[in-house]
Amino acid sequence: MSPFEYAPAPESRSIVDLQPSYGLFVDGEFTPGRGTPLTTVNPATEEVLSEIAVGTDADVDRAVRAARRAFTRVWGPMRPADRGKYLFRIARLLQERAREFAVLETLDNGKPITESRDVDVPLAAAHFFYHAGWADKLDHVGLGAAPRPHGVAGQVIPWNFPLMMLAWKVAPALAAGNTVVLKPAETTPLTALLFAEVCQQADLPPGVVNIVTGAGDTGRAVVEHPDVDKVAFTGSTEVGKQIARAVAGTSKVLTLELGGKAANIVFDDAPIDQAVEGIVRGIFFNQGHVCCAGSRLLVQESVHDEVIASLQRRIGTLRVGDPLDKNTDVGAINSAEQLARIRELVGIGEAEGAHPWQPAGELPDRGFWFKPTVFTDVSPAHRIARDEVFGPVLSVLTFRTPDEAVAKANNSTYGLSAGIWSEKGSRILSIANQLRAGVVWANTFNQFDPTSPFGGYKQSGYGREGGRLGLRAYLKES
Amino acid sequence: MPERLEVRKTYKLYLGGKFPRSESGRTYEVTDSRGRFVANAAWASRKDARDAVVAARGAFAGWSGATAYNRGQVLYRVAEVMEGRAAQFADEVAAGEGLSATKARAAVDAAIDRWVWYAGWTDKLASVLGGTNPVAGPYFDFSLPEPTGVVAVLAPQRSSLLGLVSVVAPVLATGCTAVVVSSKERPLPAITLGEVLATSDVPGGVVNLLTGDAAEIGPWLAEHADVDGIDLAGSGTTAMELERSAAGTLKRVLRTTAEEPDWTADPGLSRMTPFLETKTVWHPIGL
Repeated sequence: MSPFEYAPAPESRSIVDLQPSYGLFVDGEFTPGRGTPLTTVNPATEEVLSEIAVGTDADVDRAVRAARRAFTRVWGPMRPADRGKYLFRIARLLQERAREFAVLETLDNGKPITESRDVDVPLAAAHFFYHAGWADKLDHVGLGAAPRPHGVAGQVIPWNFPLMMLAWKVAPALAAGNTVVLKPAETTPLTALLFAEVCQQADLPPGVVNIVTGAGDTGRAVVEHPDVDKVAFTGSTEVGKQIARAVAGTSKVLTLELGGKAANIVFDDAPIDQAVEGIVRGIFFNQGHVCCAGSRLLVQESVHDEVIASLQRRIGTLRVGDPLDKNTDVGAINSAEQLARIRELVGIGEAEGAHPWQPAGELPDRGFWFKPTVFTDVSPAHRIARDEVFGPVLSVLTFRTPDEAVAKANNSTYGLSAGIWSEKGSRILSIANQLRAGVVWANTFNQFDPTSPFGGYKQSGYGREGGRLGLRAYLKES
Repeated sequence: MPERLEVRKTYKLYLGGKFPRSESGRTYEVTDSRGRFVANAAWASRKDARDAVVAARGAFAGWSGATAYNRGQVLYRVAEVMEGRAAQFADEVAAGEGLSATKARAAVDAAIDRWVWYAGWTDKLASVLGGTNPVAGPYFDFSLPEPTGVVAVLAPQRSSLLGLVSVVAPVLATGCTAVVVSSKERPLPAITLGEVLATSDVPGGVVNLLTGDAAEIGPWLAEHADVDGIDLAGSGTTAMELERSAAGTLKRVLRTTAEEPDWTADPGLSRMTPFLETKTVWHPIGL
């Protein structure tokens, strides 16, 4: 063990000005919701952070009307270059208030401050900056001259990357000329509400962005509202199917970014130390609350023992605890509900005969926590090899030949992402060709960029986010 | 009295590169536009559809793994072979759709030209829809279109050849394999097209043509867990129900319109992009 102790290095939360309660953001103003409010808690302490309004069908209807009005009268007719300038403003405001967003995200979500500070918030700003530049260049997206926006976009986002998912949805929608009704996740609404304040500071015309908080019923009202033209959802495959069913027979355009069970494939010629870093980043980044997490480790049999020993040594150095501490590697599980789901699947993994391993160390007394966990001796039929755990739980399987690796990797109803570790370029390209997954990381993992299309094959959903292709989802030929 | 009694054809299914009858033993009477008997066509069943999905799945690795250049040449070969049988197609289209000889021939010509058009697309899709992504970090990052997999195609009910080719050719151009349900009342050009495909270097199983009722077979294909996409062109009033079923396995759905579109119009990429996935690959740049 290291002779050095870490001194706590907590980020101050004084930068965040939490209000006791928040309303809905409709037509440029905060207004009360008609539903019974819910509370949002800090998952690291179970402290109640704030009371959140809940949007009813009537509230959603009001938001959609505001969005429609803004689309018809202001945002649609606006000079494209000016739309772009508003988005540049928003990008800059996000950068200016980056620390505030990062601390708030960590308080509400439980993710380590280093991640919200270095990944979530900068990427959110980058998405607005990238799409801002598209606003007056839409003739070049590949849909012919003068492509048209759909109109009102209804967007429902998850709790794992609250602000980043907002940016992935809102930035392309606005750049293309749509207006937005966004429903943030029930457990992580705070950064979306702070984003509403950014819209006000940017003087974004009222109704262009509307944020309606609430739970599943509110989301359903957004998706099913007859005056919503375009639906974008990120979340579970189960809810994605319900949404696909709900929009069937309508003229609504749909994109879905759903679950995953990514294979992270380590060949015997891989740089093992680098691969171990990538495996750790692949599954423990954001507590494994990542749809593209590398949750199935496929190791070539000949290096299995070496990889597992090295992996366990590395996991032993991960610091699990206070998300606001800048030394923390793994934060809190986002909710009691999610923790229960992780525990259930881990229990099933043990019952089915796989062998769990966890590092030594204590977890905090309060809050929702789960230790990084590695299951070895996992067979492809085990639930922990098939179901998305959405937590810091890695299932290790082995293979002997490249063909077997591909067959096992593709043996999933999901197809969102995959990883390949090898020093041989031709092998990487060959395996990448054969994997049925929307994003393939070779000798890296969990990289994201606004220029790079992201999205799944099979039951991981359809449509892409990011790049020219992502933008096209918000446009139609004129 | 004609000098020679003609030899009539038995119209069967085209499935896995072979021409079987329906496993159900069923046939139905096909008439021309004036109601006169033309043939007894095979009436495909749910089990025929399942067999067709197995054949299409089996053919997918080879077809999607072929080079784009090779696929383009195969599609062009279809046009070549069709050209040689243009008169037969024109007769069938004229009889089934009640068109004049001139108009029927124009539809056949347009159908042949559509194959040529799609043949030229196979090796351009990746450069039009893919590319490198200038990410903010030391990574080489590129995106490429890839075929979705097995696509169920419910062919248009009215345009029995041009409409059919307009929905089948794009699926093949992407690298997907197809299970096609023909126009119910005008199935003959579909089976003749099967004969063309069988002699055009299109590997067996890449296209499987079922004659029969899309309303009967469609629901099974929309639900089938090994079908990745569905083109609802000829689904008529069942379109919404089929789209709902398809949601159960998150199939890629190409919706249909209330009226059949003008099949002579330039389709652009609209019938290919729904059946293309995008794969993005990242690799570090470093020493």
